[in-house]
Amino acid sequence: MPDKTAAPEATEAAAKTATTTVTTAPDAVLSANAPKPEKARSLWSDAWRDLRGNPLFLISSALILLLLVISAFPGLFTSASPRDADLANHYLQPPNWGHLFAPDWFGYDGQGRSIYARVIYGARASILVGVGVTLLVTIVGTIVGMLAGYFGGLTDSLLSRITDIFMGIPFMLGALVVLTSFANRAIWVVILALVFLGWTTIARVARGAVVTIKQADYVVAAKALGGSTTRILLKHILPNALAPIIVVATIALGGYIAAEATLSYLGVGLADPTVSWGVDVSSGREQLRNAPFVLIVPSVMVSITVLAFLMFGDAVRNALDPKMR
Amino acid sequence: MITIDKAPVPAPRDAGSAGGPLLEVRDLHVEFATRDGVAKAVNGVNYTVSAGETLAVLGESGSGKSVTAQAIMGILDMPPGRIPKGEILFHGQDMLKMGAEERRQIRGRKIAMIFQDALSSLNPVLSVGYQLGEMFRVHLGLSKKEAKARSIELMDRVKIPAAAARVNDYPHQFSGGMRQRIMIAMALALEPDLIIADEPTTALDVTVQAQVMDLLAELQREYNMGLILITHDLGVVADVADKIAVMYAGRIVETAPVHELYKRPAHPYTRGLLDSIPRLDQKGQELYAIKGLPPNLLRIPTGCAFNPRCPKAQDVCRTDVPPLLQVTEQDGTELPGRGSACHFWKETLHG
Amino acid sequence: MAEPRKDEAVDATPNTTAVETVGPVDEGAAVAAIEAPVDRGEPILQVRNLVKHFPLTLGILFKRQVGAVKAVDGISFDLYQGETLGIVGESGCGKSTVAKLLMMLETATSGEIFYKGQDITKLSGRALKAVRRNIQMVFQDPYTSLNPRMTVGDIIGEPYEIHPEVAPRGDRRKKVQELLEVVGLNPEYIHRYPHQFSGGQRQRIGIARGLALNPEIIICDEPVSALDVSVQAQVVNLMERLQDEFNLSYVFIAHDLSIVRHISDRVGVMYLGKMAEIGSDTQIYDHPTHPYTQALLSAVPVPDPEAREGRERIILTGDVPSPANPPSGCRFRTRCWKAEDKCATEVPLLAVPERFRGVDTPAAHESACHFAEEKDVVHAG
Repeated sequence: MPDKTAAPEATEAAAKTATTTVTTAPDAVLSANAPKPEKARSLWSDAWRDLRGNPLFLISSALILLLLVISAFPGLFTSASPRDADLANHYLQPPNWGHLFAPDWFGYDGQGRSIYARVIYGARASILVGVGVTLLVTIVGTIVGMLAGYFGGLTDSLLSRITDIFMGIPFMLGALVVLTSFANRAIWVVILALVFLGWTTIARVARGAVVTIKQADYVVAAKALGGSTTRILLKHILPNALAPIIVVATIALGGYIAAEATLSYLGVGLADPTVSWGVDVSSGREQLRNAPFVLIVPSVMVSITVLAFLMFGDAVRNALDPKMR
Repeated sequence: MITIDKAPVPAPRDAGSAGGPLLEVRDLHVEFATRDGVAKAVNGVNYTVSAGETLAVLGESGSGKSVTAQAIMGILDMPPGRIPKGEILFHGQDMLKMGAEERRQIRGRKIAMIFQDALSSLNPVLSVGYQLGEMFRVHLGLSKKEAKARSIELMDRVKIPAAAARVNDYPHQFSGGMRQRIMIAMALALEPDLIIADEPTTALDVTVQAQVMDLLAELQREYNMGLILITHDLGVVADVADKIAVMYAGRIVETAPVHELYKRPAHPYTRGLLDSIPRLDQKGQELYAIKGLPPNLLRIPTGCAFNPRCPKAQDVCRTDVPPLLQVTEQDGTELPGRGSACHFWKETLHG
Repeated sequence: MAEPRKDEAVDATPNTTAVETVGPVDEGAAVAAIEAPVDRGEPILQVRNLVKHFPLTLGILFKRQVGAVKAVDGISFDLYQGETLGIVGESGCGKSTVAKLLMMLETATSGEIFYKGQDITKLSGRALKAVRRNIQMVFQDPYTSLNPRMTVGDIIGEPYEIHPEVAPRGDRRKKVQELLEVVGLNPEYIHRYPHQFSGGQRQRIGIARGLALNPEIIICDEPVSALDVSVQAQVVNLMERLQDEFNLSYVFIAHDLSIVRHISDRVGVMYLGKMAEIGSDTQIYDHPTHPYTQALLSAVPVPDPEAREGRERIILTGDVPSPANPPSGCRFRTRCWKAEDKCATEVPLLAVPERFRGVDTPAAHESACHFAEEKDVVHAG
C-alpha cells in the first residue's frame, strides 16, 4: 500500500536528505565528491522530494487523510446515527445548506434518515473495500508475478496462462456473476470477489518488472555468492520491483471504490443494513424525480474519493517513474 | 580567453573554399538546471574547423564534449539546458541567433551527426532503404524510385556488400559495423559541409572499428568535409585527427596538432591521460594513475578545475582560472596551433 | 609467475588426485578437497573441453529445438595459483559465457572444470557453496552490479550473511570497513547508497564484495571497460596490488588488448567459441602465430602516431559469422587471408604448431591454425 510502505520510507529518507548531489544532465558525471558529507538518497527520498512540492499530491493526500479519519472515527463528525429513521418529520426533507455538519445538512432520505450521517458512516465501507482489495490484490499479484517472472519456463507458462484466463473475464460481469451466487453479501465477500477478478493486472506488472530485474548484475552477483532463492527474491528482486507495483496499485484503488459503489447500486454488492455510498445511490434512484439530492450527495462523495485516489496514484507514478521526469 | 585556432593542418588536404573557417565556436557556455542547482557543462569553449579538416575533441564523461556538439547541432534539450553566452558561427553566421526554420535547414543538410549507438538511432520498423531514401524525398523532393536508387548508390558508397539486395532489410538484420555504415551513409546523403561524429566506433569491435574509421576518413577526404570527432579514446584520435582539443570540466585545456600532443603534452591532464594507458607493444610496470575523480559539475573547483587531481598544483591554481595560452618553444618561437590552459605549461612542456 | 607448460597436451586429464567419479559425489570429501591449500605454481583451475550450447527453440508451451547457438565450443586452459590469465576476443566470441560457466551461473553442456582436482560442474549443495566461496566475480557494469536499494555496508556484508561461517556477526561491520579501506574507499561510507558514488568508486565496491570471502580466484568480466580512461588505471593498479597482497588468481576477460597485456601473465585469444591461440603475454603479443591474433593486434589503435607509422595494419573484411551457424573447419577461415581448402574441411587443433615443435622460440606456443606463422604486428617494422 502506498500510504503504508512508501510514505514512511520516503519520510525517513527525506529526513536524512539535507544536501544532495546526483542528478542527470547529459554527458555529465555528477559524482559524489569524496570529502563532502552527504546523506543517504534513494529512489524513495527522490520521490518524496518530488511529491512534497506537487499540489496534486498535497490536495489528494489531504483528502485521503480526511477520508481515513472519517472512516475510522465517524462519531467525531456527526452526532446523528445513520440508521435512525424518522419518517414522520424528516421524510425526504431537502438539504439545508446553511446547517454545516448538522444532521439535516444534506437533507433526509426516503426513510427519514440523515443523509449527512449516512455519508459519513458510509465512507468506511468504501475505504475498506478500496484499501482491502488493493492490499490483497497487491499481495496475490506480486507473489504470482514474482514466481512466474523469476522461475520462468514451465512455471511461467502455467501462471501466465492462468493470469490470461482471469484477465479474459470481464471485470464487472464477472463480479456480478460471482456476487449473485452469494446470498449473504458481507463486506469481505465483496472484497474477495473483487480480489478474485482483479489480481491479474498487478501480476502482469510484477512479472514484467521481475523479468528485467532478474537479469541485473546484482542478482547474478548474489547467485554467484551462493545466495538462496528466497534471499534473492526478498532482498534483491522485491525491493526493486516494488515501485511499478505501487504505482499500478494506487491508481487501481480508486477503481475498486467505484466498483463497489456500482455493484451495490446494481443490487449485488453491499445491501441495506450495511451503510455504504453505493447502497444509498441505489436507494436514491427511487425518488430521483422529486428528491434528486438523495442520489446526488453519495454519488458526489464517490466521485471525490475516486478522484482523490486517482490524483494520488498519478502523483506517485510521476514521482516514482524516472521516465516521466 | 585567447582563441588559438589558426592551426595549420599538418598534412594539408586542400583547404577548400577560401575565406574563413567552416565552423567557429566562440566562448560557448552551456548549463543545465537540475534539482540540486545549475550544472555548468560547458564553460567557454572556442574551436574552429575548416573544410577538409578533422578536429578531435577528446575528453572523459562530463567533460562537455558531447554537450558542445549538441549545441552546434541544435539538439540540446532546452530546458533544462541553457546557452547563456557564446556564438556558433557556421560560414560566418551565428546559428544561435537564427530562427528555428533556418536552423532546421542547416541541420542534416549542411551539418550532419553520427551517433555512438546506431541501433537506437535507426527506426526499427522502417527498412534501411526507406530511411535513407527519406533524406532525398524530404530534402530534395525526389520520387520514391529515384530515392531508392540513390539509397542503393549510397549503401555501395559506404561499402555495404550486396546493397541492392539488402536495401529493403530492417536495421536489426545488420551487424553493428554495418549499422554504423548505414548511419554514415545517412549523414553523407546530402553531402554536408560538416560531420559531427560522437564516439562513432566506441560500440564496435576493434577489427570493425578500424574498417569504419578508415571509411569515415576516406569519405571525408573525398567530399572535403569538416569533421568533428568526439571521443574518449586516445588511440582512435591518433589515427585520423589533424588537431586535437582536450576538454576537462567544460573547458578546453589543451589544443595541439595531433603528433605534437602525443610527443610533448603541455597540460598535466593530457600528460596524465597519456601515461595512464597501457602500451600494446611493451609490458609496463605499474600504471601511472591520475588520482581522484572527475569533478562534479555542480561544484567545479575554483581556479583550475584540474587542481585537486594535479601533481603540479600550486596556490595560484586554486585561485586563478588559467586561460588557454599560446605555447612557445624554450627560445620563444611560437608552436603553431598549440595552446595550454595551465599556469605551469612551460614546466610541463619543457620540464 | 607460472610459466606455461609448453608441451602439455590440451586434452589430457589433469594429473591430480581427482578420481573421476561417475556416481554421486562425496560431499564431505569434496569440501575437504576444496578447502585444502594449493601451492603457488600449481594449476588451481583446469578447464577441459568446455562446451556451452544455447538451444534455439520454437513454440510457446511445447518447445522444439531448431538449432543451437554454440557460444563456447570446446575450450581448455589452466589457471595457476597467483597468476592472471587474460582472455580476449570480440563481442560474441563466448568470453562472457566462459565467465558464467566458471562461476557456475550457467550449466555446461559438456566438459569439465577442475578446481583443485574436483570437477565442479557436477557439484551441488554444500560442496558447490564451498566452491563459490573461493571463486568470485567482478562485473563489467558498476551501475547494474550493485543493488540500488542496499547500502554499501549491506552490499559488501552480504557475502557474510550467505556464508556466516566466514565471519561471526559481531565482526562483520569491522570487516566491511576493513574491506572498504583495502579498496581505497573511506570506511565511513557504509551507510551510503551506490548511486552516491562515481563509476570508479562503484567498481571498487564491487571488488570489495568479491574479496569479502577471501576467495582464491576472481573472474573479472570486462572490469574496467565501463570506466573513464583516467579512472581505469586506478582500478587496474588496485587489482594488481590486491593480487599480490592476497595471492589471488585472476581470469581477466576483456576486449581491450592493451590492458590485458598489462595485467596478464598468460593470454588466450578466443574466436567464435574456440580458443585460437594461447601463450604467455610475450608469446601472444610479440610473437603471434594465429592470423586472427595478428589481425586483432594490428587493428588496435595505438595512442602514439610515431609508433603507428611503421606498423603494418591488417584490416579484416566482413563480420564475425553467427555462432548459431559457424563455418566448417576453421572458424576464422571466412575472414582469413591465408585460408585454403584444408581450412574448410579440417578443424585445426589447439597445439604447438609442428614447425615450431622442439624449437626454442617464443613462437612455440599453442595456436589453432593449419598455417601458423610468426608475424610481429605490434612493433614498428
